[in-house]
Order: sequence, then structure tokens, then C-alpha cells
Amino acid sequence: MSNTKPDTNDAPLKQTPLAALHQELGARMVPFTGYNMPVQYQGIIAEHTHTRTQAGLFDVSHMGQAILHGPDIEKALETLVPGDIAGLAEGRVRYTLLTNDAGGVLDDLMVTRHEDHLFLIVNAACKDADFAHISAQLGKAYTLEIKADLALLALQGPAAVTVLSRLAPEAAQMSFMSAQTLVLGGIECDVTRSGYTGEDGFEISVSASRVERLARRLLDEPEVAPIGLGARDSLRLEAGLCLYGSDIDTVTTPIEAGLNWTISKRRRTEGGFPGADIILQQLAEGPQRKRVGLKPEGKAPARAHTEITDSAGKKIGEVTSGGFGPSVGGPVAMGYVETAHAKPGTPVNFQVRGKALPGEVVALPFVPHQYFK
Amino acid sequence: MAELKFTEEHEWVRVEGTTATVGISDFAQEQLGDVVFIELPDVGKALKKGDEGAVVESVKAASEVFSPVNGEITEVNEALNDEPGLVNSDPMGNGWFFKITIADAADLDGMMDEAAYKAFAEG
Repeated sequence: MSNTKPDTNDAPLKQTPLAALHQELGARMVPFTGYNMPVQYQGIIAEHTHTRTQAGLFDVSHMGQAILHGPDIEKALETLVPGDIAGLAEGRVRYTLLTNDAGGVLDDLMVTRHEDHLFLIVNAACKDADFAHISAQLGKAYTLEIKADLALLALQGPAAVTVLSRLAPEAAQMSFMSAQTLVLGGIECDVTRSGYTGEDGFEISVSASRVERLARRLLDEPEVAPIGLGARDSLRLEAGLCLYGSDIDTVTTPIEAGLNWTISKRRRTEGGFPGADIILQQLAEGPQRKRVGLKPEGKAPARAHTEITDSAGKKIGEVTSGGFGPSVGGPVAMGYVETAHAKPGTPVNFQVRGKALPGEVVALPFVPHQYFK
Repeated sequence: MAELKFTEEHEWVRVEGTTATVGISDFAQEQLGDVVFIELPDVGKALKKGDEGAVVESVKAASEVFSPVNGEITEVNEALNDEPGLVNSDPMGNGWFFKITIADAADLDGMMDEAAYKAFAEG
């Protein structure tokens, strides 16, 4: 049988501050973007279902966290992202993109507005490049303070709010995409009501020296189970959320990816971000290809890089994320197809191991978002 | 009497006369995690030793199951179409994949017995 051995790499793997806890919880660890990370504990399907029905705790401490200071900081960051940062009120969080001059995406990130600074959370695989890019582009007047001393937890699922408000009642009043400092079990944390599963939930930025104590405190709650990266991927795929490096990258534009909603009316009018000419032209004229949801008809998953063909056998696109959706109970995928084939209901074929497997374009998400309103 | 052998690719082979029943080991199913789909070969298909016999899809990835011998597929485990999780719950029993004729018993030479495989998988 193939693929039974984990990938090996010469570089030593970095650990998150929860490495010992993962081991104690019986996690299977795998190399992921240079870190030794838990892919599963009890099993991906059980963890996925637990998160959709109760609350899952994820260690996402490999992600990059940084504080950005400097004069007129919102306007400065707007020179690098198409999101409306100037319009972001204090205590609010926004999802945006670092773009390049070709209109491609260097990374996707979360930006929180604080009184005198912005707080950024970027992808683990991109963090070194992102931070170098931001520092170089903004120049010496701006300081990017990389917070390697911070860990990051995500508590996701319908019971997340019940659990967190047991530790800090204010959690229940937080609105979706808001940020607040909460004291959880005696530990001061920067909490946002956000996540990457499609469920209600929170992301908790906490000192690396205290994260294990907090994680144990949260795991003591009856609703909470530890969840690995395997279920994190199946949850976000069902929620139709992009994975950087798979669904978006330097050669996909925000418009092709269907992330038009991340560009406000003012930014569309004013431009002033890398690749604005290309991105705004695509916004006006429509892109040549679009990211879509894809549903294989049978039980066989269509994985990333599977070729998508039309009924005549002509290639019309490629799957960028695909696998089994435990809540859907069958295979789910997303990918890019030529715009003419992007309408939900359009029949397509997936070329899997030399066979054309039928399926169709579907609307995203596969599982409705349950964000707190 | 049936004889149980293992390959370095974490497959088990139960030899009964000139037929081999093939599955994956408990170690392999645990490494794969939740199995969600199995592509079985067609009955009557001729395979060479090392050819792809089946494909097992877990939530995370697709893995090939190789034929341990030269031969012809005589039977496949249709139960896996409805219940792929049998590979996880009963990998050495009801989670078998396919049966294949053994054209040349010498193909089985060099495979491990259960004790040797256990040492190999744990190593």
C-alpha cells in the first residue's frame, strides 16, 4: 500500500507550545508547514462531527501573529490589501488579502483594529514572506512586531459560546468578527469571534507560556474535544472557505476566487492596492474562470489537481480542494472552472484514475454557516 | 490450511490453495484513518505483482493497494461499497479487498509472517 509513511524532510520540525499536550492526548503528529502538528486525535470524522455538534479546540499556534504600528496605519496597510481597513472600527476584525502587482494573492489574513495599532494573523506557510513583504513595502516609519511569544487557539462549534461564557460571561455578547480582551481562567487573552469552520466560535490569542494551562482548562469542559488539522480541513471545505496555497495563490485573483465581497465600494472606486488595475478590470468585466463548489455524484472523492472536463471531454478546469465531507456524507470539492461552466447545476466530469466521474457545479457553502448574528 | 503473510506495503495475503485474499493490516488502516471509499478491481482482471489492485480513500488521501502476485481477480468484497469503514473496524476479516489466483507460488517468497511483520511495522 502506498502513502503509509509520513513525508520526511531534512529540516528539524518546529513545535507549538502544546506539543506535550498533543502527545498526552494521543494525537497523530504530522509535518505541516515546518511544524509538527496534530492531524487527528480520535479520528477525523468523529472530530469533524464533534465540532459541528458541540465544541472543538484547535491548536493553530503555527500561524503568524504580529502587531503593526506607525503613522496613519490603516491607510498604510491599505496600500498592500484591497480590504477596507480605514473603515474598520476599533475592536472589529476583517478578512483581507495581501495582493501582488499581477492581481494574485500573496496570502489571506485577519486584521483587527486596536486603538493604536493593527493586529495581523497570517498563514504559517507564508508568515516569513508576509512579514518581510509588509516591512519592506511600508518602510522604516512602520514597525512590525512579530509576536512569536503568542500561541493561538480556536474554539469552534455551537457550544463554543456556552463554554467560553462559562469562563468569561462577556463572550456571549461579542458580535461576529469582533475582538475583545477576556480573562479566561485567570489568563488574559485577545479573543475574536471568528473561525475557519463555518460554525460559531472564537479564536484566542494567548501567551505561549500560558496556552497549555488555558487549553487544559477548556478541555475540562464537557462539550470540548481536541480537534486536529484533518477535521479543520474538512470543516473549512464544507464551509466553502479558501485554503491558501490550494484554492488561492499568487496566480489566482480575488475576483476569480469569488472574494469580491472583501473589496468595499470605496476601495473599488479608489483602488490603490497592488494589482488594482487587473482586479478592478476583472470586477467590471467578469473573470475568465471562477472558483466554484463541486459535487461528485458517486462516492469517490475528487482530490486537488483532478482535471475537470465538460460533457464533450474538453478540459474546463481543475479541482483545488477535494475530499470527503463528513457532514455532507459524501465527496465535496471546490475548484476553478471557465466562467461559462460556473453556474450551479452545470454538469461536469472529474478525471479520476483514467475514468470520467460525473458531478455538478454547486453553490457554496456545502453546509450553511452558523455565524453568530 | 490458510497461511497468512504480509508485505512491506502493509498488505496481508491469506493463501488458500491457489487463491490469495488481500487486505491491509491493522497498522495500515490506523495510519490511513477513516476510510470513506474503495475502488475495487473488476473480476477477471489480470494483474502483475506490484500492479495497482485497489485504491483506498481515507478522508485525507488516496492510497494504492498493490497486487502481491501475478494472477487474475476472482472475487471482490462488494460489502465495502456500502460500508467502507469495515476496513477500519475489521481490517483482517470483513475488510478484505479482493481475491486473486496465484499463478506462481514463488511470488509469495520473501513475504513476512505475522511475527516478522509486527516487528517491521513497529520498527
